[in-house]
Amino acid sequence: MPPADGAVLARREAIVKALRAIVPGEGVIASAPEMRPFESDGLTAYRQTPMVVVLPETTRQVSQVLSFCHGEGIKVVPRGAGTSLSGGALPLEDGVLLGMAKFNRIKDIDFDNRVAVVEPGVTNLAVSNAVAHAGFYYAPDPSSQIACTIGGNVAENSGGVHCLKYGMTTNNVLGCEVVLMNGEVLRLGGKHLDAEGYDLLGLINGSEGLLGVVTEVTVRILQKAETQRAVLVGFPTSEDAGACVSAIIAAGIIPGGMEMMDRPAIHAVEEFVHAGYPLDVEALLIVELDGPAAEVDHLIERVEKIAKECHSMTCRVSTSEDERLLFWAGRKAAFPAVGRISPDYFCMDGTIPRARLPEVLAAMKVMSEKYGLRVANVFHAGDGNLHPLILYDSNRPGEVERAEDFGAEILKLCVKVGGVLTGEHGVGVEKRDLMPVMFSEIDLNAQQRVKCAFDEKGLLNPGKVFPVLHRCAELGRMHISGGKLPFPDIPRF
Amino acid sequence: MPDILKPRDAKEVEDAVLWALGNDKALEVAGQGTKRAIGRPSQTDMTLDLSGLSGVTLYEPAELVLSARAGTALAEIEALLDKNNQQLAFEPMDYGPLHGLAPGQGTIGGAIAANLSGPRRIKAGAARDHFLGVTAVTGRGETIKSGGRVVKNVTGYDMCKVLAGSWGTLAAMTDVTIKVLPKPETQSSVVIEGLDDPRAAQAMAAALGSACDVSGAAHLPDHVVSYFDGLPGAAAATVLRLEGVAPSVEHRQAVLATLMKNFGPVSLLDEAQSRALWQSVRQVKPFAAPAARERPLWRISTAPSKGHEVAAALTPAAQMYYDWGGGLVWVAMPFVDEPDAASIRAVVKSLGGHATLVRAQASLRASLDVFEPQDAGLAALSKRVKEGFDPKGVLNPGRLWAGV
Repeated sequence: MPPADGAVLARREAIVKALRAIVPGEGVIASAPEMRPFESDGLTAYRQTPMVVVLPETTRQVSQVLSFCHGEGIKVVPRGAGTSLSGGALPLEDGVLLGMAKFNRIKDIDFDNRVAVVEPGVTNLAVSNAVAHAGFYYAPDPSSQIACTIGGNVAENSGGVHCLKYGMTTNNVLGCEVVLMNGEVLRLGGKHLDAEGYDLLGLINGSEGLLGVVTEVTVRILQKAETQRAVLVGFPTSEDAGACVSAIIAAGIIPGGMEMMDRPAIHAVEEFVHAGYPLDVEALLIVELDGPAAEVDHLIERVEKIAKECHSMTCRVSTSEDERLLFWAGRKAAFPAVGRISPDYFCMDGTIPRARLPEVLAAMKVMSEKYGLRVANVFHAGDGNLHPLILYDSNRPGEVERAEDFGAEILKLCVKVGGVLTGEHGVGVEKRDLMPVMFSEIDLNAQQRVKCAFDEKGLLNPGKVFPVLHRCAELGRMHISGGKLPFPDIPRF
Repeated sequence: MPDILKPRDAKEVEDAVLWALGNDKALEVAGQGTKRAIGRPSQTDMTLDLSGLSGVTLYEPAELVLSARAGTALAEIEALLDKNNQQLAFEPMDYGPLHGLAPGQGTIGGAIAANLSGPRRIKAGAARDHFLGVTAVTGRGETIKSGGRVVKNVTGYDMCKVLAGSWGTLAAMTDVTIKVLPKPETQSSVVIEGLDDPRAAQAMAAALGSACDVSGAAHLPDHVVSYFDGLPGAAAATVLRLEGVAPSVEHRQAVLATLMKNFGPVSLLDEAQSRALWQSVRQVKPFAAPAARERPLWRISTAPSKGHEVAAALTPAAQMYYDWGGGLVWVAMPFVDEPDAASIRAVVKSLGGHATLVRAQASLRASLDVFEPQDAGLAALSKRVKEGFDPKGVLNPGRLWAGV
C-alpha cells in the first residue's frame, strides 16, 4: 500500500473534528474498537484499521467530505457492504473510510420504464425483492447478493450465475449520480439508453472505487421468466463436460445459467448440503433454462440429447421448483462447503476461453501437488469464469504464502491461455501486482490517465488496481520526436 | 479534399499518428467513411483511412467470440456469422442510406466507434455491450490494449466502453474482439392498429413489462407507416417482435395478442413479414427515402414512457416514429435549413435523455451542437478524458464538441 502520510496522521484530531462538523452524531467513528468491523472486507487475509470511519447519509455530505479531503490531501476509501473478495474496500492507515451503508433507500420504482432508482447502500437482493410483487427482478446476482450492495456492484461490475444471458452490472445500469474526489456532483445517464457523449458510466462500472463515489444508481429491472427448470448432468471427465457446454452453445441455446463443479467441489458440497449430487463423476454441470414452459420443455429435451452425446453418466431434470432450488443449493453453498473442510481458503477468479478448461484443470492438479495444497473448482461454464478454491491453514507457517503463490500461478496460466486475471471479483489489492502479466506499462498508464481525469490528486482508493500509481503531471507529459515522415511506405492518395 | 493515409497494419497506424503529432497535423479517423457526415465538421489535414486493416483474425462460434481488424467490412462479418447461424445481437443500423450512400457498407470499427444498435437494443444492448477487447492507437501515438476475448472480465478499467461511441476522438482502433450470439430460429410480430402516440407508449410498456420477452417494440404513426415493409394496413401500427424457438414464439404470440387486445385491434405477422418490417425499422427507412433525404434528422434517446411527449413540442409538420418501446425517437424536420434545435433541445432537457442531429447540412452542423450539450461539470470531465487520450487533438478534433 502507499506509505502512510505522517503529516495527515499528525492532524488526525483536527480532521476528525472537521468531519464531525460535516456528518454529525454517530456518522463519524474514531475509536479503535468501533472501527474494528471496518478493518477488512471479504478478503480477510488483509486487515488495516482506518484513520477514521465516516458514514454519510446525503449526497451533500458525501460531497462535503470529499471536498474537504481533497483540499487537505487526505485519502478516501469508499465501502459498500464490505463483501469484496479482492480487498477493494481495504482501509488505509492514513485514510478516511467512507461507508455508504446509510444510503439504503429505494427512491423510485418505475414499471413503465422498467427501472428502479436506488441508493448505493441498498442490497442487490433488496432491489429484486422490492419489485417482486409485480413479477420483476434485477438480473445480476452475485453469490453475496443477500449482503452486497448496488454501489459495490457498480464499483466491481459484479456478475453472478446468470450473466451469460442477462449481462453483468454494466449491462444493467442505466444511470448514476456520482461524486468526484473534488466534491463535484455529476449525473451520468438516466432512464434512457446509451450515454450522451463519452460512456463515462461504462468507466465507472468496474472502476473499483477509484474514479468517484456513487450516490444513486438507476438499474434496469426485468420481468421474471414464466418457468425455470434445471438439468443436473454428471460426466466421467471434465473434457466431456466442457464439450457438452460447447455443444449446447453451438446448438444455439443460451441457458439462463450453466455451472460446472469438479470432483473435490462436488464432494465438499454434497457432504454439506445433501443436494443429491452424484459422487462417482469427475464433473457436474447444472444447466438452467428459463422462459415459457413450451420453450423450456423444448430446450430441455435438446440439452438432454446433447448431454447423452457427450457421454453423460447421469442426467436429472428438475420436476419441481423445490428440486430446482435443491440443485442450485449445492452450487450456491460451494464456498461455505469448502470452508467446512478447510480452516481457510482463497477464492480465485480467472476467466479463460472455455475450450481451454481441461488443460487448465490438468495443470491445476499438477500445481496442487507442487504446492501441497488442495484445490476445488467451481466454474461459470457458460462464460468461462473459473473460481478455483485453494484450501490452506493460516495457522501453519508458510501456508498463506504458498496459497498466494499457487493462486498467482493459476491466474498467470489463465492469462497465458487467452483469459484474464479477474472475471468478476476485481483486482483490488489481491491481484494488483499481477496486472503487468496482462498489461504493458503503456496500457496501465493509459488507464491511469482516465483516473487522472476523475481524480487528479490520486486520493480516491489508492493502492488498489494499479501496481504503481504515477503522478498525473508525469503521465500528462508528452515527448514528441519527429518532423520527418516515419512511414514513407504507407500508401497515400 | 484532404490527403488520405491508408495504413496496412497496426504499426503503420501508430506511425501515422506519431507523424501527425510531430507535424502538428490533425487526422480524420475513418473506416469506409459512411458516417463522415455525422458530427461537427472537423478541421483535419489528412484522413487516416483504416479500411486497409481488414480481415477476421479469430472466430470461434462455440465460444461466441470473433476478432477482426477494425477496418473489416461489417457485411463480411455478418455474412460469416450468418453461415454459422450466429449474429451481432446488437443489430447495428446503417447510417449510409440516410446520407444518400449505398446500403451495407461500413466497418466493424465504425459500428463500435458510433456505438451502433438497432431495435434489439432494448433486450440485447448496443455495440458497447458486445465489445470485449480492443487494440488501439491513442492520440499520443501509443498502442494500447484493453479487455480480452472473454465475456466476463473486470481486469482494469473498461476502456472498451469509453471507446465505444467516442466517434474516433480518443483512439484509432486497429483490432477489436466482439461477443457474437446464436441467431433466433424464427420470429413473428404482433401488430396493434390505430393507436395514438400516448396510448401506443402504454401498450409497449405493457408488452415489455410482460414475460413475453419482446425483442422489438416500435410505434409507427399513420403519417409514416406506409414507408415500412411487411405491414398490411395504412393505419398507425404499434409493432412488437418475438424471437426464439418455434414453440416459444408461437406460445408468446398467443399470450401477447390476448394482452394487446385491451389496446386495440390486433393482427399477426408471419416470419417473412416480421423480418421485412424490422429491417425497415432498423434502417430508419422513411427518412432514407429520396423525398426526405435532405431534411434534418434527429435521433433522441429518452425514457420510453416520455418519448411521445416529443411530438407535442414540435411543429405538426415534423415526421417521427418511435423504437425501443418509445425511448428512441427519430424525428425528421420539414425544412432543409431549419433543424429547430431550440425546440428539440428544450424538450429533451425537460424529458431527460439526449438528442443527436444525425443529418444536417455541414454549415448547420458547424454552427449548432450536433451532440447533446453537457453541463459544465460533465463537459469539463469529458474534455479531461479526451486530453488523457489525445492531448494535442490529433484525432477527429472538435467532432463531438467544439474544443474537445
